[in-house]
Amino acid sequence: MTVHDMKHAASDSAHLEAVGGRLSRVDGPAKITGAAKYAFEQQLEGLTHAVLVGATIAAGKVSAIDSRAAETAPGVLAVLTPDTIMELKGASDWFGNPSPQPTYNPLAREVSYSGQHIAAVVAETFEQAVAAAALLKVWYDETPAIVDLSDGKAGDGIPIDAMTKEWGDAQAAFAAAPVRICAAYNTPREFQAAMEPHGLIARWEGDELTIWEPSQWLDGMARTYAEWFGVPFENVRLVSPYIGGGFGSKALALAHSAVAAAAAKMLGRPVKLVLNRPQNFTSYGGRAATRQTVAIGADRDGRIQSIVHRGVNETAVDGMWVEPLGSVTSIMYATPNFSSKQNVVRVNTVVPGAKRAPGENPSAFGIECAIDELAYELGIDPLEMRLINYAEQDPHTKKAWSTRQLREAFAAGAEAFGWAKRPPEPRSMRDGHQLIGWGVAAGTYPVRRAHGEAVVKILGDGSVEVESSSIDMGQGTYTILAQTAAETLGVPVERVSVKLGDSHFARAGVTGGSRLAGVMTGAVYKAAGQALDELIGLALSDPRSPFQKLQANTLQVRDGRIASPRGEGPDLSIAEFMAAVGRDRIEAKGDTLPASTTPQERYKNYTTIAMSIPHTEGDWSRYSWCAHFVEVRVDEDFGTVRVSRVVSALDSGRLYNPKLAESQWKGGIIMGIGQALLEEGIVDRRHGRIVNGNFADYMLPTNADVPDLQTISVGIPDPHSSALGGKGVGELAIVGIAPAIANAVFHATGKRVRDLPITLEKLI
Amino acid sequence: MRDFSYFRADNIEAARNAAALPGAMLLAGGTTLIDLAKCGVAEPSTVIDISHIDGLNAIDVTADRAVIGALARMSHVADNQQVKSLFPAVSEALWQAASAQLRNMASIGGNLMQRTRCPYFRDPQNFPACNKRAPGSGCSAIGGVTRGHAVLGVSEACIATYPGDLAVALVAFDAEVDLGERKLKVEDFFLAPGATAEREHDIQPGEVITAIEIPGSAAARRSTYIKVRDRQSYEFAAASAAVGLELEGDGRTVRDIRVALGGVATKPWRVRAVEDALKGKALSEDTIRKASELAMEGAVDHGANHYKIALAPRVIARAILKLGETA
Repeated sequence: MTVHDMKHAASDSAHLEAVGGRLSRVDGPAKITGAAKYAFEQQLEGLTHAVLVGATIAAGKVSAIDSRAAETAPGVLAVLTPDTIMELKGASDWFGNPSPQPTYNPLAREVSYSGQHIAAVVAETFEQAVAAAALLKVWYDETPAIVDLSDGKAGDGIPIDAMTKEWGDAQAAFAAAPVRICAAYNTPREFQAAMEPHGLIARWEGDELTIWEPSQWLDGMARTYAEWFGVPFENVRLVSPYIGGGFGSKALALAHSAVAAAAAKMLGRPVKLVLNRPQNFTSYGGRAATRQTVAIGADRDGRIQSIVHRGVNETAVDGMWVEPLGSVTSIMYATPNFSSKQNVVRVNTVVPGAKRAPGENPSAFGIECAIDELAYELGIDPLEMRLINYAEQDPHTKKAWSTRQLREAFAAGAEAFGWAKRPPEPRSMRDGHQLIGWGVAAGTYPVRRAHGEAVVKILGDGSVEVESSSIDMGQGTYTILAQTAAETLGVPVERVSVKLGDSHFARAGVTGGSRLAGVMTGAVYKAAGQALDELIGLALSDPRSPFQKLQANTLQVRDGRIASPRGEGPDLSIAEFMAAVGRDRIEAKGDTLPASTTPQERYKNYTTIAMSIPHTEGDWSRYSWCAHFVEVRVDEDFGTVRVSRVVSALDSGRLYNPKLAESQWKGGIIMGIGQALLEEGIVDRRHGRIVNGNFADYMLPTNADVPDLQTISVGIPDPHSSALGGKGVGELAIVGIAPAIANAVFHATGKRVRDLPITLEKLI
Repeated sequence: MRDFSYFRADNIEAARNAAALPGAMLLAGGTTLIDLAKCGVAEPSTVIDISHIDGLNAIDVTADRAVIGALARMSHVADNQQVKSLFPAVSEALWQAASAQLRNMASIGGNLMQRTRCPYFRDPQNFPACNKRAPGSGCSAIGGVTRGHAVLGVSEACIATYPGDLAVALVAFDAEVDLGERKLKVEDFFLAPGATAEREHDIQPGEVITAIEIPGSAAARRSTYIKVRDRQSYEFAAASAAVGLELEGDGRTVRDIRVALGGVATKPWRVRAVEDALKGKALSEDTIRKASELAMEGAVDHGANHYKIALAPRVIARAILKLGETA
């Protein structure tokens, strides 16, 4: 990729509006006032409503469906079953691999998890569809289900050789080490729990399909729809200007998406289908449950000699999900000997999916608890333990870190937290009935990179438009792209309007893996630079330009005005200049792809993840880093854990907008508090069904569970990670929070809880 | 569509007449009825809206008694200065219940009619068997996920936990519920499941709660409600205790004590065994903890809820210790 000169981008960072400024979210007022229109709020003429019916068994076959009562219920337009829904074509996966099946039926005859969609009812109103759906009679041939990883029928699973990482002789070195710890760490099935449910409105006009659907990846989902229905990619338009939370769950077109689009095609009318809250726990995968064992052998001075790591995650009977459990284990600490292997085990669940920092999150829970256990075994301060084993280079690839401000994060966090005052012994701090504990853990997330494109238009009135099919799910894309365009072009940020969330705009890849900001600031920087070059070129050369007779080599644009660098000659606003030369727009499309990229490669780049750039490409190993310091209070009688203080120091490289980065970090920390203390999908073992699939029973932190959170940026611009020097922000901060809390609970109570969440019965 | 008829009652007589109709259900704040209708548990044929009836939302508190109208909002009662000073456990129970939004809508009468959070009760589509919903159909919870289920007052028919907070404080202080023609103790108004899990309250068709009355007492004046829960707000009790304490002039001997438990029983659970063990005794931490253990006599767990047997006595002890310290 091209590494741009960052001096220009960084020069005005003291300004609120410039890249690096603390501009508030430009989409904030629209959201607060309700003007922001979400997918389900579209008012379409002739809109119909679809409601899904889920299987009440976890394994078996649908033997019969009696839909007669539903078909004749008031307002019902169609009852779709596996036999009556139109046949779709198999779509390729997100790597672009073709479907092994030529056809696809989003309604299941063979049931492999409870809640799997087996039928749908479409009616004139939502209430009519709900009522009619309740009239369906379904018969099943039920077979025994594998409920979860602890099910006796689950077995050891399938080895995933691609996950194996080994160097040295880890087993022998562990056996020979004078100090050893070995423990098992478990994380439960967790859910993304976005406030906005999944769903869509689908409308066909001839063979053109428009989909309003919350989406983290418009181009990828548009490709899937196009392939399902055998229409050209260009015929599908996905619209998703606002997303009410995704956390990894909204990047793919799913079975319910196919049902709605098929129903709209079959009926010739637009269809709205929104998953109800329990269906949001069974229609797409959350974070897979995981099991890890971590064995560490060390010298008596605390230097790690060997790490042996084994991991297992659950996946579905009918789909594969690998949660890379060795991802942090293999890079956090220097060790001469290392072994990590992973299996996946098929159970009767919907195929698990991405939830904020898939892989790194549970991986860090294992290694960051284990290093704490080793510290106690050796009588070494847990922070000191981490510094003793600080990895000066990537232990796995042996490449240099692009930037690794983790030592700085430990120092800044410890200072702000007051770590030096921590008494080492467990149960050594209390306040009345509350035992107080302090814990530390580190986190990391790779810098995932890709290519993007953007269109930048300078309009006749001097305003600027930026267009991209990338999205803003609350992380601040609208804002930072406006800042990037404003700074590059030299116009006030309020003259820039950013349009996102329409697949007919300039293309973008998936918004996931914390890559979007780095990709899109680079694309906008490039497109805006091209537009600026064209503007200045026009000013210097057009016979109608007042600047033409200056015979200058260049001009500069500041605050929306064009002038020569030394101020002689005319000084025109962009609008005045555009009028003088008779132009109503200057438009530039820029992308970060090499010029030699073919159209096929471009399509693949935006609609699959096959062309993502490895974070260890070339000479560098690129990661974001963080250190969390946590205080907990544990009631000695009740076992209740409350987090009372968090100080996190984070290295996300250069921040495009610190205010928004801090918000994302805090969101990650809060999500980590939920993971540590509250969140768990609880399965009824007799039925293989999640019984707490709602927001009352699937517990998330309330405001009262979240203390003041202090975040400290210790990042420096990383020229190897992105065009403007930033690294990933969105996923980093959740990584390491759960182990920091678990370590603090140990310090408070002397009890080591290795199974999340840390609920009160584990401590009384 | 699940059709039902809607009837707006303008006075209590009209409400009583309408409530006598088969399949009729009362609507006040709506926080329970609408929720249960959405999950397919409540399927009323007639909804009688009593929220517009005048005069049912008064809060009248003296040292002798508190009379709280059935339509008083939870938030208004919680914030009432006299309730706070004369019946602190009642105010504290309300403050720790539900969320601010729910407390602003929910009525006191409706709060007594709040139904269990048992996930099997609330999911008729996936779990048809439930003796509360369909008498004789069985109990899906027994043998299932039981972390939140009751350990006291359970039967083979039902182990669903009574989820509320207010009524726990009410039974501690011998409150009565006014049904118009008759008044009865709140403690008797709630029914343990026995073999008739579908009967949760002693209330007949045509009866409407108009008020609750709480007798004033020294124990009510020195009272507290402690609620232990998985998260800090908007969560049902893992175990809770309403305790009132009156000490002799020596400042340490118990003259009167009231203890009731929430979150662990099938109804708001008065524990007289603890009261009897402490009356006339001088308070000490050891005495209090030993006596609190008596609350678990007859407790039966179903695996995942075993922790409640250890937890509940500790909640009682904490409440008594807290009140003792304020002597």
